[in-house]
Amino acid sequence: MKTVRIDAKCMHYTPLNQKIRAAVAEGAEEIILDNVLGQRFIGDGLRGNVRIIINGVPGGDLGMFMSGPTCIVNGNAEHAPGNTMDRGMLVIHGSAGDAVAHSMRGGKVFIKNNIGYRGGIHMKQYEVEARPVLVVGGTAHSFLGEYMAGGLVLVLGIGKEKAMTDRGIGSGIHGGEIIIRGDVDDYLLGVGAKKFKFTEADLERIAPIIKSFCEQFGYDPAEFLDTNYTRIGPASSRPFASKYVWE
Amino acid sequence: MTLGSVPPKFKVSIDRDQCMDCGRCIENCSYGVYRREGDKILIESRKCTACLRCVSMCPRDAISITEKPIDYRSHPLWTRETREDIINQARSGKIILSGMGNARDLPIIYDRLLLDACQVTNPSIDPLREPMELRTYIGKKPKQLKFRKTESGDIELDTKLAPNLKLDTPIMIGHMSFGAISLNSQLSMAKAVKEAGTFMGTGEGGLHKELYPYQDNMIVQVASGRFGVNIDYLERGAAIEIKIGQGAKPGIGGHLPGEKVNEEVSKTRMIPLGSDAISPAPHHDIYSIEDLVQLIRSLKEATEWKKPVFVKIAAVHNVAPIAAGIARSSADAVVIDGFRGGTGAAPKVFRDHVGIPIEAAIASVDQKLRDQGVRNEISIIASGGIRSSADLAKSIALGADAVYIGTAALIALGCRVCGNCYRNLCPWGIATQRPDLVSRLDPEAGAAQVSNLIHGWTLELSELMGAAGINSIESLRGNRDRLRGYMLDEGMLKILDVLPAGA
Repeated sequence: MKTVRIDAKCMHYTPLNQKIRAAVAEGAEEIILDNVLGQRFIGDGLRGNVRIIINGVPGGDLGMFMSGPTCIVNGNAEHAPGNTMDRGMLVIHGSAGDAVAHSMRGGKVFIKNNIGYRGGIHMKQYEVEARPVLVVGGTAHSFLGEYMAGGLVLVLGIGKEKAMTDRGIGSGIHGGEIIIRGDVDDYLLGVGAKKFKFTEADLERIAPIIKSFCEQFGYDPAEFLDTNYTRIGPASSRPFASKYVWE
Repeated sequence: MTLGSVPPKFKVSIDRDQCMDCGRCIENCSYGVYRREGDKILIESRKCTACLRCVSMCPRDAISITEKPIDYRSHPLWTRETREDIINQARSGKIILSGMGNARDLPIIYDRLLLDACQVTNPSIDPLREPMELRTYIGKKPKQLKFRKTESGDIELDTKLAPNLKLDTPIMIGHMSFGAISLNSQLSMAKAVKEAGTFMGTGEGGLHKELYPYQDNMIVQVASGRFGVNIDYLERGAAIEIKIGQGAKPGIGGHLPGEKVNEEVSKTRMIPLGSDAISPAPHHDIYSIEDLVQLIRSLKEATEWKKPVFVKIAAVHNVAPIAAGIARSSADAVVIDGFRGGTGAAPKVFRDHVGIPIEAAIASVDQKLRDQGVRNEISIIASGGIRSSADLAKSIALGADAVYIGTAALIALGCRVCGNCYRNLCPWGIATQRPDLVSRLDPEAGAAQVSNLIHGWTLELSELMGAAGINSIESLRGNRDRLRGYMLDEGMLKILDVLPAGA
């Protein structure tokens, strides 16, 4: 495997991305970035199947518009990793800020610990080839999956008494699903969100995602393969259909 | 129902002596006004929107349409419209939805601005004889130029220039999405802008593959719903525009109703068939001016700094400082959309009451950027109610680099401004996705009409400039000395920085 190592110490994000693009163009299969400290836009608009190991804390919009690569972050991430991402994977061995997976259309974002506000906001999907997945090992703040139009948000609540304690889950949701470990109090649901029973068929559907998440972070998937989840989906795919009257 | 029905908006009648009973009115009316019963064409006036499709297709000029055939008791405060809106909401309890631009009878500043011409003391220029320079570059300009001497003694430009759009005429077509309008409308306009050497916007509906041949003349839009946005889309566009706001509905998002999301629209927007396409009011990754910088840079970084990025805002009260903030970000142009800007659908209360006139917004933004010494570094694109080459010339004299037209281009395609765009029934094949209606619009003919309009305005602009003794668009830009205000109040003259007529 062709590996390229880049020292990002004191490097601005534009030359850093240029180096990454050049390495990908030269056929690198793995790129290791050392001393990353707050550089935004890593992997922005990047295509291909390269695997990028990020040692440090990347800045905002990690993997924005990204289409294919995998980024493994050995650290926390700033806000909006996976913003409007198309394909590929982000694996974050830590926590991440607000608007994680904002408007994401495809690929996977796995966060080991917690995320901030508006996680998975306006995630959307088109048919089956583009179906985004966000998995959060810990918990998330308010407005999780707000305006969600497709895809899957899964919150496992590892090490928490309750997976979710913040309000506004799925407010304005009109597509996709939010699956949360254990019970979710009714008052935490946003406008337009509805609880559904989590079935064996649901478990079968998400089991590969749980296994894949556990594989990344060294958890035993058996702990999570039961039906102790709450599934939250849209009350309607047309939440605004009855809001207007013609002139 | 205690409210009963309100009077029909229009009265349709057929001159039976003229009528040859061909039935074209029945075929053409998508609103169902006409039907045949026995040997008679019957009329249901209440369904009429005055789109005038039947009138334009009637071979005998046999149809007449009258507006407001039944009078209410006249009252200056409780107008017909206020009474009918109340009745509508008393019935429904809902938000009133409207189409096209602001429909209130408010003073139009353009009509109270007059252009100058040369007489004796300085000669006017004949555009037939002299070249008129209308070429406009939209994008970031350097603060200063640096040169260096090469080893052979030549002088070379050392400053790295930012990418700009090169326009042969300062008229572009604004963003109207595939979804809001038909593919044939977009194709007509795309062919026209390519032919005219200018650009059009995609709107927030993605870029249909049939438009790929015209991508070098397309500005791709990134709005809060991020519909159709991926790296391929960004790379195809000649420029990228971030839509923050729209003149017809400042401060709110957009909802494309599920009825309009057919298979092609769903594929282009990359959303499920028949689901509402909801653009939230804010971009949820922009909660501040600092975040805007980050979105601009993320787009530039994704496209390797090869594309200019525009930011479109609605003209609102504090438009000047907002535009100044945008000018300080990495944006290459600021687009200002005035309160008369059109739309496929907007809550009526927003369309008619929110925002400020584009004329005042251009003047105050241009002034603010000049005060801050950055006007030369960023372009200003004005839109929202530009109806003619006179409006265009006045916009540039007030300080715009170029304009976007929207409704004017649709009128060139057949639109009669009936304002029912949100019903998916547009009988001209423009604001509809119904295949039988869309096929009424031939993209080749449509392209010729839109291109004719752009050419006509361009010729008129050259003539207006020549008459004013100006041979280059740069000399008209921000040249408010060539404008005079007529019946404008002192406060407005001050904002516009224009002298009153006679001064």
